[in-house]
Amino acid sequence: MEIIKIIGALITLLGSVFLLLGSIGLIRMPDVFTRIQTGTKASTLGTLLSLLGIGIIYFDIAGKIFLLIVFILITNPVSSHMLARAAHYIGVKKADVTVVDELEDFENEKLNNKTKISE
Amino acid sequence: MANIILQIAGGIMLLSIVLSTFRFFKAGSLVDRVVAFDVMTVASISLIALISHFAGRTIYIDVAIIYGLLSFLGVIIIARYLEKSL
Amino acid sequence: MNLIIIIVLSLIMVVMAVTAIIHKKLAVAVIATGVVSLMASVMYLLMAAPDVAMTEAAIGSGLSTIIFFYVLNKIRKAK
Repeated sequence: MEIIKIIGALITLLGSVFLLLGSIGLIRMPDVFTRIQTGTKASTLGTLLSLLGIGIIYFDIAGKIFLLIVFILITNPVSSHMLARAAHYIGVKKADVTVVDELEDFENEKLNNKTKISE
Repeated sequence: MANIILQIAGGIMLLSIVLSTFRFFKAGSLVDRVVAFDVMTVASISLIALISHFAGRTIYIDVAIIYGLLSFLGVIIIARYLEKSL
Repeated sequence: MNLIIIIVLSLIMVVMAVTAIIHKKLAVAVIATGVVSLMASVMYLLMAAPDVAMTEAAIGSGLSTIIFFYVLNKIRKAK
């Protein structure tokens, strides 16, 4: 029984290391979009792993933990997607090393098509 | 043995909350602050799960479920407000 | 461990509350209020009161943020 508890605690420790990496990336990254990316991906994985470790230690509440894991796995990427879309539309400055912006290309293409039709 | 490892994990989670507080104050725009708030919420959900282990009462997980539900709604509302389409 | 968590979280709470008072932009003040409510909920949990923590999470961090942003949107439209 002790070995299962130690395995759960080690998984929780791994998850907390991922949370720490996410917030270090939040400080070091150069612009808003990269910050959204690192702050969401790393912290989602960290939370999933640490909740999984607690679920292994207490096996009788595994149903609740599973519900929480599924909920975070669905909602956290959706909210970060909405945030990145809003940041793009209000014109937040991109970093100098940005290579590709597909949403801007798509909007420009749509605008060009519209002007062609009206001519 | 398992308790010591979990205490170290709690310390690391607390450190990540403090680091995202720094980003809240050095923000360039409103979106930065919202991202810092999101990371703080997610880190404190796992901190609540750890607290429920230390206190030995598994009813505390319910608070984490409510937190996950409501922080999602808050971030969605802020994003719609920024996009001027609320 | 409990003592360390309480000290760090209450320091963050004090800093965020001062920010919510003195900052010029209203939206930043609303988000800072949400952070204060989050930390307060974790501290209620440490004081062994899960029902109060649940209420604080639902009303302080969820509902008040949503209502404040709804009203800010109405104000921006009326200008």
